[in-house]
Amino acid sequence: MPPSTTRPKAPKVPQRPGDRIFAGASTGAGVLILVVLAGVAAFLLVEAWPSLTAPAEDIPGGEGVAVYVWPLLFGTLISAVFALLIASPLAVAIALFITYYAPRRIAAGLGYLIDLLAAVPSIIYGLWGFTVLAPLTVEPANWLAENLGFIPLFAGPPSATGRTMLVAVIVLAVMILPIITAVVREAFRQTPRLHEEASLALGATRWEMIRMAALPFGRSSIIGASMLGLGRALGETMAVAIVLSVSGGVTFNLISSANPSTIAANIALQFPESSGIAVNTLIASGLVLFAITLAVNMVARAVINRRKEFSGAN
Amino acid sequence: MAKRIEVKDLDIYYDKFLAVQGVSMTIQPRSVTALIGPSGCGKSTFLRTLNRMHELVPNARVDGKIFMDDDDLYGAAVDPVNVRRQIGMVFQRPNPFPTMSIYDNVAAGLKLNNKRLRKAEMDEVVERALSAANLWEEVKDRLPKPGSGLSGGQQQRLCIARAIAVQPDVLLMDEPCSALDPISTQAIEDLMLELKEKYTIVIVTHNMQQAARVSDMTGFFNLRGVGQPGELVEIDETTKIFSTPSKKATEDYISGRFG
Ligand SMILES: Nc1ncnc2c1ncn2[C@@H]1O[C@H](COP(=O)(O)OP(=O)(O)OP(=O)(O)O)[C@@H](O)[C@H]1O
Ligand SMILES: [Mg+2]
Repeated sequence: MPPSTTRPKAPKVPQRPGDRIFAGASTGAGVLILVVLAGVAAFLLVEAWPSLTAPAEDIPGGEGVAVYVWPLLFGTLISAVFALLIASPLAVAIALFITYYAPRRIAAGLGYLIDLLAAVPSIIYGLWGFTVLAPLTVEPANWLAENLGFIPLFAGPPSATGRTMLVAVIVLAVMILPIITAVVREAFRQTPRLHEEASLALGATRWEMIRMAALPFGRSSIIGASMLGLGRALGETMAVAIVLSVSGGVTFNLISSANPSTIAANIALQFPESSGIAVNTLIASGLVLFAITLAVNMVARAVINRRKEFSGAN
Repeated sequence: MAKRIEVKDLDIYYDKFLAVQGVSMTIQPRSVTALIGPSGCGKSTFLRTLNRMHELVPNARVDGKIFMDDDDLYGAAVDPVNVRRQIGMVFQRPNPFPTMSIYDNVAAGLKLNNKRLRKAEMDEVVERALSAANLWEEVKDRLPKPGSGLSGGQQQRLCIARAIAVQPDVLLMDEPCSALDPISTQAIEDLMLELKEKYTIVIVTHNMQQAARVSDMTGFFNLRGVGQPGELVEIDETTKIFSTPSKKATEDYISGRFG
């Protein structure tokens, strides 16, 4: 025992060097993350400031920062949200199939394949979208405009090149699918055998068992994985920059050639040719992206925490 | 309700491994049948063949026949899901659904059975099941709370309530008290004595006093030898097994002269 110190009440627990080093290292890492985050926010604010205070006509487009950023923000949100709407149900379905339905040998191979797909760089997806997917969508887009044109999403006129928001959405969905699937599958794999058996012993069919045991158990992972995917889609740069033919404007029309760009893609395309206040404006748009990404993550946390009592963690 | 089970020459396999061989027994309705025996002799394995949970293990299978009254449980046209709806099971570790409230846990089986019950009817069934499981008084004020917030003993009684809410014909229990303190154990033993008025109960236990206290019939399982499959050595009235068993192995086991 080490000699007692001046605080007589709390008996001193012997401190092992390993504990102390680990505690120090993990505290340090935690603090470092906060410092980096604050640093990034500060950098964005400082660099964006000139554009926020400059007269509107100096901003590219000539109508101020808000008017410049809004279509980009709209394009970012619409591409990411639609991509998520496609990818997450599909990811859950694939994860369920791998975990509960596929024969075991196929399941192992599929799981491995998904993990590999998650590692493909986004530029590859972009090239694929541009050269393969875009031409393929021209015909179906024509059909959509003709037959489902009354839905604003398919109002047309359809693009002749296929470099549309629709293709960007699909490319993004394909891109975030593996990462969502991988996380969700891992969650399903950890569904306690005890709870699976509890439902089966009550006479649940396999699908009922999935609904009673697997889905509730994996719920927060599904949300978390989706947010991960959403974050990746929001920030995706190259794939969108390559695929999308941009003309600005705010529209829900997914299949025309007049599309809003996204914040990240716009920065990548504009930055090399920008100088002065234009750079500050681009950084201001980056600040907006930073803020919505943070907001998305905070909302996700809140959703996950809301039913923590029932999460199965206790 | 409360049916007789008849097992005829049952061999139980895990893939190519023969775990239990040649079990034949009759389980009487409205009684408690206890299964005892050393670890690894196949009591759980046997119990899980009675509600067709065994075949959930990949490549697991059985040879032989099991009848519930006159229905062949392993008949070609029999859906195992239906068997499990008629034969309830309580596990060694309490396993209420952590994502469900106490109320929903008890209602879970009813919802599965696709009975479209009105709220009032459902409330009544839930109350009846919880009362039958001697849990109603303790939880009636917190039905919307998660089941995982209860004590271990309460959770186990919740699982019993969940199992009996669907009014099964038979109730299987695999060491239901082994994770519980003596008082919770007492509560569950009392409960078994009440439940056997209405149900056929089969319980696996390592606690010989428990078998003696609650059961009418006791079956002794043992390994035939090292590396050999398990077998049912004998099954008889509990008083007889614990006083004058007919096999020497049984006598050795219950008097603690085992192995
Ligand atoms: N999932 C499984 N796959 C392969 N073999 C298994 C499996 N489960 C059990 N066994 C084997 O079957 C035999 C019987 O096991 P079982 O669990 O039925 O014993 P038990 O009598 O319930 O033991 P205990 O009293 O310790 O619970 C053992 O040899 C065991 O190793
Ligand atoms: Mg066992």
